[in-house]
Amino acid sequence: MARMTMIEAIRDAMDVMMARDERVVVFGEDVGYFGGVFRCTAGLQQEYGKTRCFDAPINEAGIVGAAIGMASYGLHPCIEIQFADYMYPAYDQIVSEAARLRYRSNGEFTCPLVVRMPTGGGIFGGQTHSQSPEALFTHVSGLKTVVPSNPHDAKGLLIAAIEDPDPVIFLEPKRLYNGPFDGHHDRPITPWSKHNLGEVPSGHFTLPLGKASIVREGTAVTVLAYGTMVYVAQAAATETGVDAEIIDLRTLLPLDMETITASIRKTGRCVIVHEATLTSGFGAELAALVQEACFFQLEAPIARVTGWDTPYPHAQEWDYFPGPARVGRALIETVEA
Amino acid sequence: MTTDAPLSLHVPEPAVRPGGTPDFSNVKIPKAGAVPRPEVDVDPESIRDLAFSIIRVLNRTGEAVGPWAGLLSDEELIEGMRHMMTLRTFDARMLIAQRQGKTSFYMQHLGEEAISCAFRKALSPGDMNFPTYRQAGLLIADGYPMVDMMCQIYSNARDPLKGRQLPVMYSSKEHGFFTISGNLATQYIQAVGWAMASAIRNDTKIAAAWIGDGSTAESDFHAALVFASTYKAPVILNIVNNQWAISTFQGIARGGAGTFAARGLGFGIPSLRVDGNDYLAVYAVAKWAVERARRNLGPTLVEYVTYRAGAHSTSDDPSAYRPKTESDAWPLGDPLIRLKNHLIVRGAWSEERHKQAEAEILDTVIAAQKEAESYGTLHAGGKPSARDMFDGVYAEMPPHLRRQRQQAGV
Repeated sequence: MARMTMIEAIRDAMDVMMARDERVVVFGEDVGYFGGVFRCTAGLQQEYGKTRCFDAPINEAGIVGAAIGMASYGLHPCIEIQFADYMYPAYDQIVSEAARLRYRSNGEFTCPLVVRMPTGGGIFGGQTHSQSPEALFTHVSGLKTVVPSNPHDAKGLLIAAIEDPDPVIFLEPKRLYNGPFDGHHDRPITPWSKHNLGEVPSGHFTLPLGKASIVREGTAVTVLAYGTMVYVAQAAATETGVDAEIIDLRTLLPLDMETITASIRKTGRCVIVHEATLTSGFGAELAALVQEACFFQLEAPIARVTGWDTPYPHAQEWDYFPGPARVGRALIETVEA
Repeated sequence: MTTDAPLSLHVPEPAVRPGGTPDFSNVKIPKAGAVPRPEVDVDPESIRDLAFSIIRVLNRTGEAVGPWAGLLSDEELIEGMRHMMTLRTFDARMLIAQRQGKTSFYMQHLGEEAISCAFRKALSPGDMNFPTYRQAGLLIADGYPMVDMMCQIYSNARDPLKGRQLPVMYSSKEHGFFTISGNLATQYIQAVGWAMASAIRNDTKIAAAWIGDGSTAESDFHAALVFASTYKAPVILNIVNNQWAISTFQGIARGGAGTFAARGLGFGIPSLRVDGNDYLAVYAVAKWAVERARRNLGPTLVEYVTYRAGAHSTSDDPSAYRPKTESDAWPLGDPLIRLKNHLIVRGAWSEERHKQAEAEILDTVIAAQKEAESYGTLHAGGKPSARDMFDGVYAEMPPHLRRQRQQAGV
């Protein structure tokens, strides 16, 4: 075990896999010599050489398209899109190609590919460095979508993603890179070195894709969250005194419906929290699934606390971000309903 | 107050539209044998003019002339002609089958047969093509079973792709034929990535990318050229310029550039134009580009100048957007007739043998069609099961798909 930031844990996962498997290659904008704008690939080029870890032209469609070709050859590319917000030029390659090679070729060509991208706000990144596009991936058949919330999970899930035979979208909440963040932006930052999930097993270890984690047990209401919102929900529960059970989904697709259903059958109430915009967000899917599975156990309407349906603003970051006060209000309203 | 004259938008138009007289006077055609053949390790800067000329081998009298001639034996040429004849016959039968309602859709190669048939012969086993929908010659010339192709077109019980793909969107890893997408140009950058992977692994295999003139306007085309240029990927970047992108003439995609081949020059990629209706020229240029890739000299861009003599697909009528007689006026002729005439001039072929070969090939194609139809056609007989629809989305079926399959009751 070692203390790591989420950046170091992600880097460690790639390091472990590049050492174990020569088919693993890493590339993207600024990832080679410099080691990535967030330092997630620091030292990998020096360690494994320029043909295993290299800089790519600024062309996201090209990065993903080339990686698909490499994956169909038999490599296992783990590529970086510098910000999830830059993903859109590559969307055709992700949706029409990576996600469908196996299906349309009846298994002749497959795409074992990981696309890593920093996601979410909280860093004053404005509308082009703050978005959470997870629902654009969960809507696509053939993709798996993962959102880790801490260094421990990030390493285990990233290794599992690299070993997965199908394309995996790996969204890294950038506000969590250096420490957990509960939405209290005016308070001092807690580093991962002071958090027990900053303890990361050394060497090879995996966490299965499709398994959620209960990060706080409770009886009054179930909170479904992922990424940064896991900590916001925890703060909201503590500050309101609501006995919430908080589930960190970790993988959005495949989704761990067993854990979700068991919890809501116990609590009878559900609050869904995500940073992405509300309309057609992943919360809508969760709400539909929860009412299908737990309608007769539900004692209150399912609540959603999300980013507003506006572009992610710059100066109004904390008016947009669904912080602990908004989540706390939803918790109280749901348990009192 | 401004004194500037008002601006106006330029929208290019083809030389002629329906009702007009076909005019290809703007297609500058050098004499066969006139374009030099550089060494494969030539400095790309010194052969920039090859992007503006047309490499040709067969002259008007059917002789093979010049520095690109002399690579193929009589037997190889006869085999090549049989491949083209097979493809043309296959197309004719499948077009009829589509009109008979045996499939939903078809796309033929009429006039473009030489390109994919000859190119395949320049590759080695293990090399990978990333084709568009008009390179079935790659499969025919590599001996892929016609019955399997037809079963795919019919989406029947023996469809290798289980009814999941539109007709002609074949896939065969064994025959170096990447699964065809319906989205244009996506495969171009994938081919570059595949070639990069081969180089990363110190393999000896190379890739070939395919695209049409219209789709070169897609961003993925430019992504492919940047990546191929930057990493000197062992890939051949093929552009089939058949003059028409459905109803849109090639000038809309080409814009102010002189030729499509010239797109490669800004990337420092050796870029050649070749007579796409000349089997010998296509083969010679393909061989040159393959050797460059194999010797780790990097990518080559090749523009095949040809003409789409048929409709884009079974869903359009060319007489609505171009003169009916334009195909007859195409100055580079018919690839099949040109190779046939060459073989006769060589003394390796005759009209009688040709007629005999036509009859044999027709019998073979009809036999394959009968067999394929015994496994079903789109709306009759055997077909893939509805259960197949749920398989292969992932390596392992996730719980939500399992539930949906149960709901579908299959």
